[in-house]
Amino acid sequence: MFELSPQEWTAVALSLRIAMVSTVIALPFGIAIATLLARKSFWGKSLLDAVVHLPLVLPPVVTGYLLLITFGRKAPVGAFLADHFGIVFSFRWTGAALACGIMAFPLMVRAIRLSVEAIDRRLEDAAATLGANRIWLFLTVTLPLALPGIIAGMMLAFARALGEFGATITFVSNIPGETQTISAAIYTLTQVPGGDSAALSLVIVAIFISLAALIASEWFARRAHSRMHGV
Amino acid sequence: MLAVNVEKMLGDFAVTATFASETGATALFGPSGSGKTTVVNMIAGLLKPDRGRIALDDEVVFDDEARIDAPVWRRRIGTVFQEGRLFPHLSVRHNLDYGRWMGGHAADPAAFSHAVELLDIGHLLDRRPGRLSGGERQRVAVGRALLMRPRLLLLDEPLASLDEARKADILPYLERLRDEAKVPMIYVSHDAGEVKRIATRVVRIEGGKVAATGGVELLRA
Repeated sequence: MFELSPQEWTAVALSLRIAMVSTVIALPFGIAIATLLARKSFWGKSLLDAVVHLPLVLPPVVTGYLLLITFGRKAPVGAFLADHFGIVFSFRWTGAALACGIMAFPLMVRAIRLSVEAIDRRLEDAAATLGANRIWLFLTVTLPLALPGIIAGMMLAFARALGEFGATITFVSNIPGETQTISAAIYTLTQVPGGDSAALSLVIVAIFISLAALIASEWFARRAHSRMHGV
Repeated sequence: MLAVNVEKMLGDFAVTATFASETGATALFGPSGSGKTTVVNMIAGLLKPDRGRIALDDEVVFDDEARIDAPVWRRRIGTVFQEGRLFPHLSVRHNLDYGRWMGGHAADPAAFSHAVELLDIGHLLDRRPGRLSGGERQRVAVGRALLMRPRLLLLDEPLASLDEARKADILPYLERLRDEAKVPMIYVSHDAGEVKRIATRVVRIEGGKVAATGGVELLRA
């Protein structure tokens, strides 16, 4: 009953890879921007905030199209990256990861920002009196205290990346083995006669992965919480 | 030796403080709201004075005319806050070691066990701050400040958050600290009883100004 063709397994593996890579690469940027928004006041802050949140409110197809005209092979940024660094996004899985990372970014930044804002600044003052300079203070106090939010942000980003469809398919199309993720594969299967049972199998896999990610992040968050409050 | 001569406007409340302290424990004594914590924060470097000069031993850590304002983390002033401010994500042992790590010093087991013994916190080392009582937390906070090898210890109402019985428990530790640690102390308190037991000199602060400077006899007035 439950059977996946090699092509469908490829879509599953590709989805996992894209979701993980986009989450991990987005993380340092997410932490930096969340901290900046939580802690600093500067000219253009509300603009930065708005730009970060844009993928959340724009139709995904629009985001995908913007990526296409920015990072496409013949687009200015895309051509520059391809010529100078050999990084090609268009119609590659890396492009799917870029699209997923950008779509997931606002969720990640929000979660991390909230937890950075909740940190008791007086603990950071205490660390400074004990000789911690800004960098050490950030690494040894701010970052560990923001950990629950960082975990939540990664979880949200991973889930968002796994479910991303519109921006990805617009930007890098739906190429089996290269850019066809679970979502795109399910969509394709529902468009052909007799594809229903395979689509259902993929749906079950998607539910399983999402549940596993949710349980794992709960577990990590609870561990981080109990480490912080006793034991 | 600490020499302070600073001014700071907080809204329309002016805080001006001029005093010097030698070895032993100097109390900044005065009612709540008199500006004691403001003075302490300026010494620690957490608050920037509008004008003035702060010198510690041979080093000027703040001087507005010479444009000197050493950052908090370079001042090496061990500070104990009213609420302890222990790091909740670190064990007591790691809290105690934090200042040594940040200062880049090698482990000094003798100094560590001396401080642990002085404050009687050996049985708490593997706990996290969330599992400590108020009195235990303050003793660990004192140990943490002591083990960073400070040039000066700044204790800002360290007992104010504790009940009378706990205060009585901790005062002997602070007396031993004063007599054995050989680090000069600034002890901030509004409680004459505490100050009488700890201080060797008293700076009385009222309404944001130094009202009197002298020995513990000031407390009778």
